Amino acid sequence: MAERTFEIWRGDRSGGEFKEYTEEVDEGMVVLDMLHRIQARQANDLSIRWNCKAGKCGSCSMEINGMPRLACMTRMNQLPAEGKIKVQPMKTFPLIKDLVTDVSWNYRQNERIRPFKPPAPDSDGKYRFQQADADRVQEFRKCIECFLCQNTCHVLRDHRKQEHFVGPRFMIRVASLEMHPLDTDDRIPDLKNEFGSGWCNITRCCTEVCPESINITDNGIIPMKERVVDRYYDPVARILRAITGGGKKLPTA
Amino acid sequence: MSTEANRLPTATLPGGHLDCTGCTHRTDDWKTGPTATFLGLLLFIVYSTAAAFQGEHYMYENYLSPMYSPVVFTQLERTVTTPEGETLKVAIPGAAPVEHAWFGLKPDAWPEWLPFSPAFLILAFPGAFRFTCYYYRKAYYRSFWANPIGCAVGPFRRGLYRGETHLLLFQNLHRYALYFAIVFIGILYYDAYMGFFRHGEFGVGLGSIVLLLNATFLACYTFGCHSFRHLVGGRLNWFSKSPLAHALWKRASFLNERHMFFAWLSLFWVGFTDFFVRATSMGWIPDISTWG
Repeated sequence: MAERTFEIWRGDRSGGEFKEYTEEVDEGMVVLDMLHRIQARQANDLSIRWNCKAGKCGSCSMEINGMPRLACMTRMNQLPAEGKIKVQPMKTFPLIKDLVTDVSWNYRQNERIRPFKPPAPDSDGKYRFQQADADRVQEFRKCIECFLCQNTCHVLRDHRKQEHFVGPRFMIRVASLEMHPLDTDDRIPDLKNEFGSGWCNITRCCTEVCPESINITDNGIIPMKERVVDRYYDPVARILRAITGGGKKLPTA
Repeated sequence: MSTEANRLPTATLPGGHLDCTGCTHRTDDWKTGPTATFLGLLLFIVYSTAAAFQGEHYMYENYLSPMYSPVVFTQLERTVTTPEGETLKVAIPGAAPVEHAWFGLKPDAWPEWLPFSPAFLILAFPGAFRFTCYYYRKAYYRSFWANPIGCAVGPFRRGLYRGETHLLLFQNLHRYALYFAIVFIGILYYDAYMGFFRHGEFGVGLGSIVLLLNATFLACYTFGCHSFRHLVGGRLNWFSKSPLAHALWKRASFLNERHMFFAWLSLFWVGFTDFFVRATSMGWIPDISTWG
């Protein structure tokens, strides 16, 4: 049975250090299993946020060997066979203790987004649309809100532009509403002026770390940036809209 | 089995994160991607600049280099000064004939001090399309401007970051570069078509195939453009009410998923096509064809 050494960040906002723990690794274990084993055998006070152990709750987001990942979805045999394994909390969010961060800033961003606003239903009280209309937004519904994309986004992580940019998770939340065939609200002005779509320079790290393989950049952020271009930057589109009397929303059909 | 703690280096944040340009705890090979991108783009910029400035050997029989297409003005001879101080006019080898240029010879008003090459008049258009392309933006923001140089790697000049809100607002006009790029696709397919006819006789040469592939790779790159995908259907919310737009969007999406691949393939092939025409014109490689 192989042994591996972990360097785990221990501490809080006032300071801390990496501490080393060596434990046996069984076949099929993931990093979260190892953290639980270390917690049980060596560091009972190690703080970890976790819940489902199945990659569906988005709780155990952390940085493993420098890469933002879900601990429950990172198999031990995916990591380099040699060397220590460094485990840290997410960088972008305020540290609470050890591997646990305060991600409440994200929930405040979510509250800023105007909710789904459907029109009046058909005369029988039902809403109708086709699968073709739903396919695109269903991809965004896979999001488990692990906030790894928010953590990796360099606009938030390194440039600390939280007051300007809501981050990739909420760009695709806006996309899921704006692309919805039944939604009647208009969030394009918010996207440009409040949510800071221009601050994203589409370098795709959010897409690279998404554990649900959502194509955040190509299918969410860029289409939203293109709708902002339609509204604010494309002179021909503006003239056409003025001539045809286009309303607040883009033509939908 | 806990061992003694590692002491923190300076510039370390709570959580043990490093806080400096290029700093990371990543142990995987994150440097190869941006390095290869940097070198690949730099190589193309150097080659295409040199090819544009050369101004000769860009046409061989019915093969025209894509870096010179369309030929708006041509120049058939240039003035040289001999070591004895004598001024001579010499023919430019591999230049497009007058009848191939849209507006004939280089205008007399062109300043003497300003170098002339037919490529100068057109390279800005494909250049603008690639420069504002969403894929290339990612590529050069990472590999040239290091913002970020890699995911979860400390970026460069963090205090100055403005995203695409100030100086880079022009990136929002990518769709206008796309409109020109679509016109160029038509022109390059015409060039490829003409590559199958020499002196009015149909035939096939290595150059015909190279030119045809060039137009095709560029078309796959252009019609996989994010702006194109948006304009043909992505802007709509009711796909079921616009089946044609939906069909176009799905096909554009297929190419869009391979946008990076075609971005690099078409970039390489443009350079290779130019090199092929140039090398054939200079006699470096034989012109293998059915024309004999």
